[in-house]
Amino acid sequence: MEILMILTVGVLFTVATYMILSKSMLRVIIGVVILSHGAHLLFLTLSGLKQGAPPLLGEEASAYTDPLPQALILTAIVIGFGITAFMLVLAYRTYKAHKTDNLDELRGTEDE
Amino acid sequence: MSTLHLVALAPFIMAIFIPFFYFKFRHIHTGWFILPLPLILFIYLIQYLPLGGGPMETVERSVPWVPSLDIHFTVFLDGLSLLFALLITGIGTLVVLYSIYYIANKKEEPLNNFYVYLMMFMGAMLGVVLSDNLIVIYVFWELTSLASSLLIAYWFHKEKSRYGAQKSMLITVTGGFAMLAGFSLLYMMTGTFSIREIITYGDAIVTSPLFLPAMILILLGAFTKSAQFPFHIWLPDAMEAPTPVSAYLHSATMVKAGIYLVARFTPVFGGAPEWFWIVTGFGLFTLLWGSVSAVRQKDLKGILAFSTVSQLGLIMSLLGLGSAAVHFDVVDGQSLYTVAVLAAVLHLINHATFKGSLFMVVGIIDHETGTRDIRKLGGLMTIMPVTFTISLIGIASMAGLPPFNGFLSKEMFFTGTLNSATLDIFNVQTLGVIFPAVAWIASIFTFVYCMIMLFKTFTGKHHPERLEKEAHEAPAGMLISPVILASLVIIFGFFPNLLAYTIIDPAMQSILPGLLEPGEQFYVNIYHWHGLNTELFMTMGVVFFGSMIFLNHRKWQETTFYLKERDPLNWFYDSGLVGLIKGSTVVNDVQMTGRLRDYFTYMFIFLVLGMGYMLWNTGALAVDMANTADISIYMYIITLSLVLATVVIPFVSSRISAIVLMGVIGFLVALLFVVFRAPDLALTQLLVETVMVVLFLLVFYHLPELKKETFKPAFRLTNFVISIGVGLVVTLTALSAHALSYENPISPISDYFVENAYALAGGNNIVNVILVDFRGLDTLLEVLVLGIVGLAVVVLIKFKAKKGEDV
Repeated sequence: MEILMILTVGVLFTVATYMILSKSMLRVIIGVVILSHGAHLLFLTLSGLKQGAPPLLGEEASAYTDPLPQALILTAIVIGFGITAFMLVLAYRTYKAHKTDNLDELRGTEDE
Repeated sequence: MSTLHLVALAPFIMAIFIPFFYFKFRHIHTGWFILPLPLILFIYLIQYLPLGGGPMETVERSVPWVPSLDIHFTVFLDGLSLLFALLITGIGTLVVLYSIYYIANKKEEPLNNFYVYLMMFMGAMLGVVLSDNLIVIYVFWELTSLASSLLIAYWFHKEKSRYGAQKSMLITVTGGFAMLAGFSLLYMMTGTFSIREIITYGDAIVTSPLFLPAMILILLGAFTKSAQFPFHIWLPDAMEAPTPVSAYLHSATMVKAGIYLVARFTPVFGGAPEWFWIVTGFGLFTLLWGSVSAVRQKDLKGILAFSTVSQLGLIMSLLGLGSAAVHFDVVDGQSLYTVAVLAAVLHLINHATFKGSLFMVVGIIDHETGTRDIRKLGGLMTIMPVTFTISLIGIASMAGLPPFNGFLSKEMFFTGTLNSATLDIFNVQTLGVIFPAVAWIASIFTFVYCMIMLFKTFTGKHHPERLEKEAHEAPAGMLISPVILASLVIIFGFFPNLLAYTIIDPAMQSILPGLLEPGEQFYVNIYHWHGLNTELFMTMGVVFFGSMIFLNHRKWQETTFYLKERDPLNWFYDSGLVGLIKGSTVVNDVQMTGRLRDYFTYMFIFLVLGMGYMLWNTGALAVDMANTADISIYMYIITLSLVLATVVIPFVSSRISAIVLMGVIGFLVALLFVVFRAPDLALTQLLVETVMVVLFLLVFYHLPELKKETFKPAFRLTNFVISIGVGLVVTLTALSAHALSYENPISPISDYFVENAYALAGGNNIVNVILVDFRGLDTLLEVLVLGIVGLAVVVLIKFKAKKGEDV
């Protein structure tokens, strides 16, 4: 199962990279979102899949899945959400000001 | 902290108060407040001289600085450091006095800057010569470079000053870095930064494979600082500094720091043939190059600058020749080769006196006539009699004429080279003839530029119309310092043995330790008349041929050799600098394009190459198909849907489909979290995904359609290749990590949380307990981040730009 997940993650990373390299700001944002999905899944996969009960002590199981990666991923999901929200609003604002979301046209002046 | 520490630090402390003196007592020249300090230090240091005879007692005081790294601020005072410390404070006193008259206290003259830099230099230089710890030496060493550069650029409105300052900075600091590397190598060999401890390692260093690299790196530092060929080019341009600075830093003290370093390391490296040949070879070549170049100069300070280069080469070559002494027994306190070291120390002192006075004299001429160009000057002998007398003494000494001190060291220099010509070690053999020959030829040119300086300035017809000012004798105050130095030239000339056992022997003991039995002293007896020997005939030859060349100067005055005065080696520096700037511009243009895509491309390519190389190089690549959990059919369905939804995304051109696909991906990931027994993650992901879809919908409503991106095929292909590369590297890394994690089982640190979640935090949901209890502070800060994001979002949406205002 790990192999399957790793391959899936590879696809996620590939598509995310492709999106990030494009010119449209929105595509870049989508790319970043997919990239963070990939990272979360990769993290979870590498910590070992299905090796015990959910990390809830009430389950009274002999073994639990590793809770630490889950805690870290939880933090990452929330922060990722914050960043995506910010980027979206920034894109909205940039579009309002410059009437384009093409990154090439948004380049600064020669002096910068 | 001892008094000796204070000696090195006092100038720095003084520097703090200088602005106060300057602004509070504006009508008094700031120099008067500074003057007592070097004088007091000088008098204090004199006490350490062994005036009562017998060997000098060394003093050592240590203050820990970074003990864990073996860095201690250890001051160590022996003959060599005392000699330099006396030069620094003694000449320093005279220079400060001279500068009071040289730099007038005008309204806009930033005297406070000048004296702060000068004090910084004095402290740093004292630090270099008094420290025993290599790292401390390095720190002070770079400080002298910095101070020197600042002083050269003192009149920074002049283009040439800035050029000279930058040049000296680049060259000396580059050398300083090399020196630091050399010091580190020494540390690797010995495990200590203390010079005296390093000296005790002796053979361990000589046999080490790092011996030669360390030696060359340290010599690079010494050669750049002491303006040895081919690094000497910064010194003539440093003459843009005010003349007191040239007299002090660029002839008497700072440029001798390299000499100091070579002398200091002679006990470590001396005796090796490489050391002998490199130090002697570069020294002699610099001597020759400097003296020949000096003849071509038309600016008095230019002549003095190249003369300094040449004399530094002379001292350097003497130290090189003298290093052979360690291979020979010393009989009655002397051997054929210790005489070279003796000559080096003597000439060091002599050069400081006569060159210091000459620089001050040139400053006076510049000050009183407005020019230093020998083509404009002439006939000043009667107008400036005192200046003329001082110059005559200084120049005669520089030319090596009796009865001045320059003659003594010049004769001894010839003796040293003649003795070395007969060396039977280091493969000298017939090559040895080169030493006295080069010395002799260089001395002829030295004589020629001395004649040019003297006669072109003081004799001939006076042309008042060529001068910017009406020439007259300098004020008495300005003459005090050069008069004192010129008197020293005569005193040391007539009574050289005043120095013999007070300072020369102690300095020689530091340069050549271990040659003598404890309590013994070197035999130092300096006198003028040695009988009709080779040295005397060599001097006569110098005077004869030198005069012949000078008298025929009309014949060679029109040659291109004479007319082109700029050192040809400057071409390398100048074009190197231009190339450096051009190169950086090209790199900058390539790298800083202002396109997000380019930046990402660089990062991704680096990631792929770096990770790929590491995987391949460390042999970490591994795939392990076993040890995997069972795969149920619904897993295939979920992952297949996820892959499909993802792969389609780049081809979608409608906003709404993109959002829907994003949502599908998000919810599928949440589903995977459920399968992988992470209920909290699944819940959070569901919540976040829902909000995210709403947010996307809101924002997309205002944004343009996702246009079908019309890229050139090449552009699309590179994107595609990079993406595949990233995906591949990530996959391979993950596969290897997965496979290797079974090979090297690591016990997870999370057991602690599992065991203690209930006991310590009273919670059953371990993930929650970690977040809100064990790592509660992190979560609090995360909330803070979200708060900031919230504020930023509100501001960005509500913000209404005024007309013409940019975002």
